[in-house]
Amino acid sequence: MSDCRRQWNRENELPVYLAGTITTGPNQRKSYGMFSSVDGACDSKTVDCDNFSAGRRGTRTPRSDSRDRLLDHTDGDVPETASEASEVRAVGSQVSSPGEREDVRPGVEIEYPAGRQCHSGQKNGKSERLLIKGGRVVNDDLSQYADVYVEDGLIKQVGDNLEVPDDVRVLEVNGCLVIPGGIDVNTCLMKPHLGCSPVDDFYLGSRAALAGGTTMIIDHVTPQPGDSLLEAFELWQESADRKCCCDYSLHVDLPHWHPGVKDELEVLVQEKGINSFQVYMSYKDSFQMTDSQLYEVFSFLKELGAVVMLHAENGDLIAQEQRKVLSLGITGPEGHPLSHPEELEAEAVFRAITIGNRVNCPVYITKVMSKTAADTITQARRRGSVVFGEPITASLATDGSHYWSKNWAKAAAYVTSPPLSPDPTTPEHLHDLLACGDLQVVGSAHCAYSTSQKAIGKDDFTLIPEGTNGIEERMGFVWDKAVATGKMDANQFVAVTSTNTAKIFNLYPRKGRIAVGSDADIVIWDPDRTKTITSKLQQSALEYNIFEGMVCRGGPVVVVTQGRVVYEEGEGLRVQQGSGRFIPRQAFPDYAYQRITTRSKVKGKQGVSRGMYDGPVYDVLATPKYITPSPSAKTSPTSQQPPPIRNLHQSNFSLSGAQFDDNIPRRSGQRIVAPPGGRSNITNLG
Amino acid sequence: MAERKLLPRDSDDEGSLLSRLGTDSPKPRVKFGGMFCNVEGAYENKTLNFESSTSPTDGSTSPTDSSTSPTDGSTTDRLIIKGGKIVNDDQSFYADIYVEDGTIKQIGENLLVPGGVKTVDAYGHIVIPGGIDVNTSLQTSQLGMSPSDDFYHGTKAALAGGTTMIIDHVVPEPGASLLGAYDQWKDIADRGSCCDYSLHMDITRWHDGLFEEMESLVKNKGVNSFLIFMAYKDKFQSSDSQMYEMFGIIRDLGAIAQVHAENGDIIDEEQKRLLELGITGPEGHVLCHPEEVETEAVYRAITIAKQANCPLYITKVMSKSAADVIAKARKKGMVVYGEPITASLGTDGSHYWSKNWAKAAAFVMSPPLSPDPSTPDYLNSLLSCGDLQVTASGHSTFSTAQKAVGKDNFTLIPEGTNGIEERLAIVWEKAVATGKMDENEFVAVTSTNAAKLFNLYPRKGRIAVGSDADIVIWNPKETKTISAATHALTVEINIFEGMEVRGAPVVVISQGKIVLEGGKLNVTEGSGRFVPRKAYPDFIYKRIKARSKMADARGVPRGNYDGPVHDVISMTKSVPATPSSRGPQCPGKGPLGPTRNLHQSGFTLSGTQIDDHIPRRSAQRIVAPPGGRSNITSLS
Repeated sequence: MSDCRRQWNRENELPVYLAGTITTGPNQRKSYGMFSSVDGACDSKTVDCDNFSAGRRGTRTPRSDSRDRLLDHTDGDVPETASEASEVRAVGSQVSSPGEREDVRPGVEIEYPAGRQCHSGQKNGKSERLLIKGGRVVNDDLSQYADVYVEDGLIKQVGDNLEVPDDVRVLEVNGCLVIPGGIDVNTCLMKPHLGCSPVDDFYLGSRAALAGGTTMIIDHVTPQPGDSLLEAFELWQESADRKCCCDYSLHVDLPHWHPGVKDELEVLVQEKGINSFQVYMSYKDSFQMTDSQLYEVFSFLKELGAVVMLHAENGDLIAQEQRKVLSLGITGPEGHPLSHPEELEAEAVFRAITIGNRVNCPVYITKVMSKTAADTITQARRRGSVVFGEPITASLATDGSHYWSKNWAKAAAYVTSPPLSPDPTTPEHLHDLLACGDLQVVGSAHCAYSTSQKAIGKDDFTLIPEGTNGIEERMGFVWDKAVATGKMDANQFVAVTSTNTAKIFNLYPRKGRIAVGSDADIVIWDPDRTKTITSKLQQSALEYNIFEGMVCRGGPVVVVTQGRVVYEEGEGLRVQQGSGRFIPRQAFPDYAYQRITTRSKVKGKQGVSRGMYDGPVYDVLATPKYITPSPSAKTSPTSQQPPPIRNLHQSNFSLSGAQFDDNIPRRSGQRIVAPPGGRSNITNLG
Repeated sequence: MAERKLLPRDSDDEGSLLSRLGTDSPKPRVKFGGMFCNVEGAYENKTLNFESSTSPTDGSTSPTDSSTSPTDGSTTDRLIIKGGKIVNDDQSFYADIYVEDGTIKQIGENLLVPGGVKTVDAYGHIVIPGGIDVNTSLQTSQLGMSPSDDFYHGTKAALAGGTTMIIDHVVPEPGASLLGAYDQWKDIADRGSCCDYSLHMDITRWHDGLFEEMESLVKNKGVNSFLIFMAYKDKFQSSDSQMYEMFGIIRDLGAIAQVHAENGDIIDEEQKRLLELGITGPEGHVLCHPEEVETEAVYRAITIAKQANCPLYITKVMSKSAADVIAKARKKGMVVYGEPITASLGTDGSHYWSKNWAKAAAFVMSPPLSPDPSTPDYLNSLLSCGDLQVTASGHSTFSTAQKAVGKDNFTLIPEGTNGIEERLAIVWEKAVATGKMDENEFVAVTSTNAAKLFNLYPRKGRIAVGSDADIVIWNPKETKTISAATHALTVEINIFEGMEVRGAPVVVISQGKIVLEGGKLNVTEGSGRFVPRKAYPDFIYKRIKARSKMADARGVPRGNYDGPVHDVISMTKSVPATPSSRGPQCPGKGPLGPTRNLHQSGFTLSGTQIDDHIPRRSAQRIVAPPGGRSNITSLS
């Protein structure tokens, strides 16, 4: 791969030296060497002038048109079975006849040099050969103009003037960005709540993902306490294999912790390709773990080389606050943020990082929803902790003021844990931290429950199923809020939406990069496109979109997954149910574990070598350090406590134990004075 | 009198006015009582004292000799303290003090006093309110061993160091009655204590039944502070839920919540790991009580207290990062107070690695001293700027033989260091003598703030008419070397061994009686009185009260939701309710299946089914009627 990068450099030298003016465009960084990052900035002004104007023209003219089309397709596009899906594909191909195509999308032209051969190939289930021409390839480290040739679902060539076979479908992207497909690290497409499943299952969810430019998802396997992890994993995998339209991988959530789980974890890591596990500090009495358990889990997962993900909220306090809020007579969705205040999130993040530091284990905080939690992560990173933070679409694009909406359905739609912060400056702050690298990954935490499902909690907010949408809007909002406003450049955009995830979870460079040999998960991104988010046009089955009415700049024009074009703007989605593959992930991802491994080597603890203490020793009566080995002192003993058990075996003087009058001083008898002058060199004061 | 006032300032310098110019010694702030006239004192060095500076040399050295003769004066209750500079937390001024019946009767110049009054000469010294040590454990036994300094020895040492009141911790056995322990402690202290004392109550195991006892302690017994442990797993430790409950009760009672802030869960795990590694010496103690663990607990305690709107007092702030967390929380408006102790202000944790086992073990306490040598300086700085408010000693001493119980296992070493005697001197040496702090702040952190926080003010913590006559005459210039050979304690090791400190008490007056004079202690066992403390100290509770009025959350008035509701099969919130979440032990055996609660659902035959995960979308999706039937559910 390094070879090919060098090749790109050579090919791109010419335009760099020719062009020389300054530009204000933030997203055109092109770093050839370590210190020449400014060079690339020139390109947007000079060489690409034509390309850009073409692209802009394209977006301006057919906007309304394309939206209507999109609507048409989404309406027709709700197939429940695979056969329907293939029908849609036929519709799609129909639409892409040359005449109509020009009207629809002048910015991106798709040529079929060999007539309909490609289509037939596609229908046979074989992946097509694609040449993406004239785009600006943006990776997390550099951007460059290059063509990309795709065959067999892999990227075969990247560069100028590629030698490709004749019967290749050509995508003329006219200066749009060619970026690695997004990876959504946090989805819950099958998470049951009170026995009901989300309305977006693997099929609908992954469809929505593809429509938004995300070509891989990592879903959470959420077994209930008491369930077998392996069985749950297989259940999820089986369901996803049948339904998922894009590549996927799975996190496994640990609902409980006992030694029996260890074997399952070992199997999952070593045989099943799982390298990340989520533990909960919240959901008292169901998923929540104590600090001791967290410590044990962290230690064990570190041995396995897995990444620990945390749902960080203080569940004890939330339970208390929920009780308080309910007792005040507040039952609406506003009770949710009232009982999940920001501090509890920050506190749990702080605690999780502390435990991670003690164990020396990488910690990944899912769903960073508030400024204080994000700041806590930032500070920990400053101190050298290996910790990653994941804000989600909802926290990046909207805030928690809607919990107070008069419309119950709307307010309930925002219910998620941790909740959105009512502070309206939160999204800005999180974007700032994303841009500077203090937060690394953007997820969606997509977990869609319909209004009628949410209405389970109409009289008690604690029963409202938790989850918001965001799988489709994720990439668009990061672009709109961070890149289009100049906070972030396009490379960082690629990093936070795709590459960092791939690195942390050991998918890199197969995913998260446009390079020879990587999977052909490619998104053609048009920075100038605008779109209004509405539940009418979305892929998700939800009737309510929490981003309703927001205008979003930037969006995918073409989405390629596994080498096949699955989405073209104006033509809708052409997905195949069950085409997604499970991507196993190896343990010990370098990005998370290199530092950890070194630290554990360096940080070995050593005692002080001393002679034996030979001074007088006070005669202790038979009391072990912890008097009562009761199961746990943290449980509130409402009943009478049993008296401390006398362990008759531990002492040679078995008749005495802790006595009632221990507290009364018997000083004269107890005091043992060291012999004057000190008998040995160990005990005398040096 | 005006002349006399000026004398003492220069007594130390032997009239060498010029030498003063170059020194970095902090200029004592002199306020003559007016709000804006504190500059006046500045003149004196330059002009008036030039001649007078020679004479007081006798004055300052003589009182030690002269005061030795009337030892019978300690029996008389009438005293006049002459010529000293009175330093309170808000101002300093020169005045004489007349003491009768254990209280301060008059302050001012040219006092009219009866004849036959013993005169205490305080020329050249400062007169400060006696120190209050808010954290001692003179009676708390560990592993069945009582501390080597009991109430008698401990208070004797306190008085020797200029501390005239202590607040000791009552530590009942887990499960035992609080009132019983309180009576026991009070009884022992009444018999042993040589100075006034009060008591904190430690809550070692929380259950609802303690509420009445706590109420009775606050309302009838004069206890207004409760300590909660976040450490000592399986012994004293409380869960977050329990802390929240207790904080709520403590707030309602108008008391102060104190916490021993360390994450006991992590410590427990680390102890196991270190012992497995074969580290058994005292260095294991500091390795398994890392600074972060303290910081984390402080952060958590503050978060919980904020939720419960309860004032919080962190005992034993031992590390920089923990102190920082407190400082930051205060900046966010939290009502939280931090208490560094003598050990954390005076020394650091590098001694845990000492080759001398006895020495290393002497430093063992929880939270441990931070190995970072810059910690004492840092804590003194925060103390000076008000981010930390109170100094205590955390005094709990065990002899080397007692410590040696843990010679093969550091977790058995009884925890505690000395510091009751050295506290004032170390704060003076580290903060005042270095110029971080002025005398007034010194009085504040050693005495006044503690009195205010625990509602002893202005009876204690201030030199004013009507206050208790707990007075210390402090010589800022005396230097002394701390050593186990000379201290008033019974332990063989002093953790400050060899440290040279400036500043020492010359005369200590407790309850109007001179107990230290001329280096001689004259204490009476059992003379200390229990000082009850009322609930709702203003210093703390004014803000809390205002906030609880503000903090009422309100719901949003909405119509009833009348849209479709998904049919839930079993309405139990989640699978079986485990007793507590931070508590539950690992099941150990095979996982339990989710139990079906047949009583809670109307449709009892179904529960969570194995195929619940498989979506049944066609049946589940309920579309709202087109156009929306009501204004509640329609999307706006």
